[in-house]
Amino acid sequence: MSTAVLRTELRLFRREPGALFWILLFPSLLLVILGSVPSFRQPSDGLGGLRTVDVYVPVAVLLGMIVGGLQSMPQTLTGYRERGILRRMAVTPVRPSALLSAQMLVYGAASLASAVLVLAVGRLGFDVRLPEQPVGYALALLAAVLVALALGSVVSALSRTTKIAGAIGSAVFFPSMFCAGVWAPVRTMPDTLARIVGCTPFGAAAQALDQAAAGHWPGWSHLGVLAMWIVLLTGAASRWFRWE
Amino acid sequence: MCGGRPGGDAGAMSVIEVTDLRKTYDGRAVVDGVSFTVEEGEIFGILGPNGAGKTTTVECVEGLRAPDAGRVRVAGLDPVADHAKVARVLGAQLQQSELQPKLTVREALELYASFHPRPLDWAPLAERLGLTSKLTTRFARLSGGQKQRLFIALALIGDPRIVVLDELTTGLDPRARRDTWELIEDVRAGGVTVLLVTHFMEEAQRLCDRIAVIDRGRVAALDTPADLIRRSAGATVISFTPSVPLDDRDLGALPELASVEHKEGRVTLAGTDATVNAVITLLARHRVTAHQLRVVDATLDDAFLDLTKETAS
Repeated sequence: MSTAVLRTELRLFRREPGALFWILLFPSLLLVILGSVPSFRQPSDGLGGLRTVDVYVPVAVLLGMIVGGLQSMPQTLTGYRERGILRRMAVTPVRPSALLSAQMLVYGAASLASAVLVLAVGRLGFDVRLPEQPVGYALALLAAVLVALALGSVVSALSRTTKIAGAIGSAVFFPSMFCAGVWAPVRTMPDTLARIVGCTPFGAAAQALDQAAAGHWPGWSHLGVLAMWIVLLTGAASRWFRWE
Repeated sequence: MCGGRPGGDAGAMSVIEVTDLRKTYDGRAVVDGVSFTVEEGEIFGILGPNGAGKTTTVECVEGLRAPDAGRVRVAGLDPVADHAKVARVLGAQLQQSELQPKLTVREALELYASFHPRPLDWAPLAERLGLTSKLTTRFARLSGGQKQRLFIALALIGDPRIVVLDELTTGLDPRARRDTWELIEDVRAGGVTVLLVTHFMEEAQRLCDRIAVIDRGRVAALDTPADLIRRSAGATVISFTPSVPLDDRDLGALPELASVEHKEGRVTLAGTDATVNAVITLLARHRVTAHQLRVVDATLDDAFLDLTKETAS
């Protein structure tokens, strides 16, 4: 790890208006749009007495992580490899792995900042209650960020070019968003589907976040699924990643 | 070539030692037994046709690639196993690499300076490379020549003992090229050892103390530029238009002759100084006048083409 590299990558991230918007602002904006629909602010029996806007908070939280970890980071990392930026770094005393870890920290931090913003907008704008089990929620958030970064690393490892990284990122983006519940929150899915979705990284994350928001400790089955994915994906990424 | 070298690490004066280096890609030997040593304070050139294995060789020196066989030592260290230590004494300019597109020149200089324990002051270095007016320009907006100059600056910023420059002046205009050559001579005057990969003969002839000509993964010749030229067949070219036609047998009997060519009454002979003397004697004996007599020494270009002609054919 090199703090100079981290500072540089953070500075460069701030120069990417697209990434800033889609990771940091778009999830909160989505929540504002949904919250502006009057019927979405009414308690619904189908949602166990919750309002649609309540249910979409974890979805918006995961959206920032999916965009950051799965779409932006692989594009940047693949570009760094494609352009020989990693190679150039490899002939300095700082190894190119410093760039990788800096990238993960930057995108991880941006996804977490986006999550905090979503929670704040939900609380202040639409009276969504803050997570009632904050420690459990933080744990679930951390696991979700790690799984998003691990998945993004696998995409970077498998993509020879930025174009391929973009294509794979988009291909994985929609199933991930589905599992996170962007079309139908996981709690409204039929049982069998919910169980299958619960085995996916973002499905498990969505359910862990839901539970912690409602005041329960996130189920060990969900955390276990997340931990398994993190280990598996990190292993795959470090096995397949090529420096050039 | 060096039978009795003691088993220890680098001799007092050798800063780079490459011994019987081999590297194979997909069953093809790209580097096939390359050996050379570079002495402290020397500018050592690696010259060769495209695909001869030059870049792979220096990548092994830089620690970017692990050799399949053979031994590489930089300042007595293994560039792969002791990567961090080698990277502190070796600055490199790579043939193909870029920087983050939105990184400015100044940020790049500061970043790379921060990697080294005792870096050079970047401001005078930027000045020397004509980058002062570009300090706030992002990498993606630099011209090819400016990018190249920035990479030369980054290779030097750590105040290295050794610099490896791969295609140093590619993309530079003639003035920037000459300025860069002067810079490299100054760097060497400061005691830095330079390993230079080039396919640009004028550059090699001007800068290098010694040159290894690499062809098809092997060292085809290793000598000073002057001796490479002297050793090559047809180092001297004599051409003239004889007042009367000369007998081919007389020409063919000339000493140390490399080639004879007739074209529109003009005779062109390649050989050595001995050939020149014999031609003059021959002309005098036959009372032939040589119109437009020209004697031209071969250049490194000719020597290079001669040394690598099997590859071209």
